[in-house]
Amino acid sequence: MLQEHIHLLPRLLEKSGATPAMMATRDGFGEALLELGEKDERVVVVCADLAESTRVLGFKEMYPERYIEAGVAEQNMATVASGLAAYGKIPFIASYATFSPGRNNEQIRTTIAINNRPVKIAGMHAGISVGPDGATHQALDDIALMRVLPGMTVISPCDAEEARQATLAAALHPGPVYLRFAREKTPVMTTRETPFTIGKAEVYWEGEGAEVAIFATGPLLYNALCAAQELEGEFAVSVINVHTIKPLDREMVVKKARGAGAVVTVEEHQIAGGLGSAIAEVLAREAPMPMEFVGVHDQFGQSGEPKELIAHYGMDTRHIVAAARRARGRSSSKV
Amino acid sequence: MALSDKEVSAIEKKAREIRETIVQMLVAAGSGHTAGPLGMADIFAALYFHILNHDPKHPEWEERDRLFLSNGHIAPVLYATMAHAGYFPVAECLTLRKFGSRLQGHPERTRLPGLESTSGPLGSGLGQAAGYALGAKMDASTSSAQAAPNFRVYCCMSDGEQDAGNTWESAMFAGNNKLSNLTAIIDRNNIQINGMTEQVMPLENLRAKYEAFNWHVLEVDGHNVRAFVDAVGEAKAIYEKPTVIIAHTIPGKGVKEIEFDYTWHGKPPTKAEAEKFLRELRTLRGKIKSEHQ
Repeated sequence: MLQEHIHLLPRLLEKSGATPAMMATRDGFGEALLELGEKDERVVVVCADLAESTRVLGFKEMYPERYIEAGVAEQNMATVASGLAAYGKIPFIASYATFSPGRNNEQIRTTIAINNRPVKIAGMHAGISVGPDGATHQALDDIALMRVLPGMTVISPCDAEEARQATLAAALHPGPVYLRFAREKTPVMTTRETPFTIGKAEVYWEGEGAEVAIFATGPLLYNALCAAQELEGEFAVSVINVHTIKPLDREMVVKKARGAGAVVTVEEHQIAGGLGSAIAEVLAREAPMPMEFVGVHDQFGQSGEPKELIAHYGMDTRHIVAAARRARGRSSSKV
Repeated sequence: MALSDKEVSAIEKKAREIRETIVQMLVAAGSGHTAGPLGMADIFAALYFHILNHDPKHPEWEERDRLFLSNGHIAPVLYATMAHAGYFPVAECLTLRKFGSRLQGHPERTRLPGLESTSGPLGSGLGQAAGYALGAKMDASTSSAQAAPNFRVYCCMSDGEQDAGNTWESAMFAGNNKLSNLTAIIDRNNIQINGMTEQVMPLENLRAKYEAFNWHVLEVDGHNVRAFVDAVGEAKAIYEKPTVIIAHTIPGKGVKEIEFDYTWHGKPPTKAEAEKFLRELRTLRGKIKSEHQ
């Protein structure tokens, strides 16, 4: 059942048609920037001609002297931010994830990662749920691009409130950070009291004698919780929010996986190189076991409504339920 | 203030020592770039022995001028110059490109004190220098800043990296932000790996391009120390724009048989070649009778 001690919002999963509060993770980012602007003079924002949609417009209006326009030039945005960080500023760079860290990947690698400059990279419109914009704008490879860089912290918040907390934490983090945000409004699950620590996964649902551990990242965590609820009475699962994909909370991953004996990972990202890969890398070594991967299987997306795309590419609640059954089946047939 | 003849000679002498070290370190490394480092020796000698405010014993000194090397492949001239300036022993230059060395094939800031950035992939130095210069300008213009930063930001680029689109993104950015505390230096030696720049991907009119991007443009003979120092001085006096100094240099400068030869862009001399090159450098092409005098 939902873990009450982590202060989630009440009535999140009512069976008779839950109506959770909806807010986009990018809005949580925008709110946090306003708080940071007030709190810390070193915080500056560099944006590549997308102030409104990356939700840095509020910061720009409130602190115009600390807003830096890069124009449609993401490569320069990354290198300028490296220079600003070298000087002693705390730069956030904001664009769509397909452009940053997509287009400017090499600049991030060389001038931010190898160079170890604490730039905060905010990638918007991540995932297939960008919808109508189509495949060119649906970042499904950004986690992989950032996770492979030594020293990079990779965070994929599950809702707007966690996005706010993650942004505040990223500002204080001494190294470079990639923050992944979505365009669409998604259910708000957490509150200001919900614990958030970079690198620490949290159990959001715990079933007595769980037989499958479901590790989810980003807004799809809500679907994973719905799946857990749907499976109640059939078999028990646990659902873990893995907001930080790097560094991965290995201890929690191994503990929950071992306890259950089967694993499902859930992410709005290519299976190759994302959360599922990260967890498989740990479990293959520490505790090999049946695993199912919910995510995009080596395809590009297409235009459509977020909901239908999530369903078409196999990431809705129904698919998570099916994946959990498969994982459990493989696990018990092994015995 | 113009340089005295004595000061010019002293810088030129340093440049000769730097060139010798470059040849020695390249032959020891067995790989690396020859033409660019030799061509930039005069400019680096002028920078580290006259222009830059810096303290080799305190590389993190707050008020130092910041030099971003964008064309990281000319690292040998940077390392050799830093060694002669006292950042580390000249003997360490022979560890260039070797396992465990602080002198990586392309410079890595986190490995060697005194480097401002990590570079190699071309076109990314100017943006970093611009970001740094902008940070300093922001603090200078806000009342809450403590003392306004009192240093200048320099960025060395190659001409080949003017092919790179991100160079021009950064050029546009620096021009737009009127970064008068930033001086860029382009090593205009007309060669790149595949041949002469004007054949591979013509850059001219380079002056007009930078002027169109709202830069103050100066052109100098990159082997005329006095002219280069004057140009850097003029850049300091330009308040409304960043300045770029297009320094016309000879690739491989100092070793007659490789000067102007683009095939020397990315290869080191053999042991035998190095001996010959060093003899030529040490005797000033025969002007001095013996290299042991």
